[in-house]
Amino acid sequence: MDAELVRQRAQARTKHSWRHTAISALGPLTALSGLVWAIVQPYRVTLFDPDRHGFWYLAIQPPLLVIAAAAIFHFWVVPSLLADLEELEEPSA
Amino acid sequence: MEPPAEVVHWMFGVGFLFLGLCLLAEAIVGRAVWRRRAWRAYLWPSVAFLMGILMWPVMVFYTSSAIHMLAHGAWAQTMMLAGMAQLGLVRGKLKNAAWELTVPFALLVSGFAFLIHEQNPWLFSRAAFLHHALGWTALAGGLICVGRAGRPRSPAFNAGFAFTIIVFAFLLFCDRNVAPIFGHLSPLAGGR
Repeated sequence: MDAELVRQRAQARTKHSWRHTAISALGPLTALSGLVWAIVQPYRVTLFDPDRHGFWYLAIQPPLLVIAAAAIFHFWVVPSLLADLEELEEPSA
Repeated sequence: MEPPAEVVHWMFGVGFLFLGLCLLAEAIVGRAVWRRRAWRAYLWPSVAFLMGILMWPVMVFYTSSAIHMLAHGAWAQTMMLAGMAQLGLVRGKLKNAAWELTVPFALLVSGFAFLIHEQNPWLFSRAAFLHHALGWTALAGGLICVGRAGRPRSPAFNAGFAFTIIVFAFLLFCDRNVAPIFGHLSPLAGGR
């Protein structure tokens, strides 16, 4: 009986809601768009040709900034948000 | 040592992108879950307020005409007002739900400021096109936010607001100092 309960709880925990999936995907999808942008317009990534650019163009490279914003969101905002979401969606068994 | 104007637009683009991601996450999980941690509740209003503050040096150092300066001043003031009102509502210092209207007010004023201060047609240059596009996006976002103020828990209105901010980020990233738009660049703007 206990083993059955444990199995059910484990299944419930691994079956994420669409909200969980959407929140988890936001950061990676945004980072992917930055990566695609860097591939489509490599001249926007000035690190590839550092001698031709001044400080600001080396410091601020839009595709890399998109990836950085996505990473900050994913690693700073998302973990606690998912924890709160799971807590709320956890069936009160 | 001042950053070029296009670089400043990209920096604001990052701010808007982060803001948009937070708003989209809030729209997905709902306000109740988003506000379970105090720091998260304060996050987007603080970012909006900070971007309003940072708009002041942009107004001082980057504007070349009175109307350009007034437009940047209007964006600075309305972003600060919207951020401040949201901070007050989250904190509980402001009780009246009508303060939610500061967000659509900010977007509508910003939209009109974009459209009024850009005196060239859409295809004059990339910057002119983006000013028109940003202006109409802000006006559309303002109307969405009027609906959001009436129904703050509506996922559709919240997602609409988030996408408005993400479109803002996209358009800011598209900005260049001098560049054609769809192959058009007026000789008056530096084209041949």
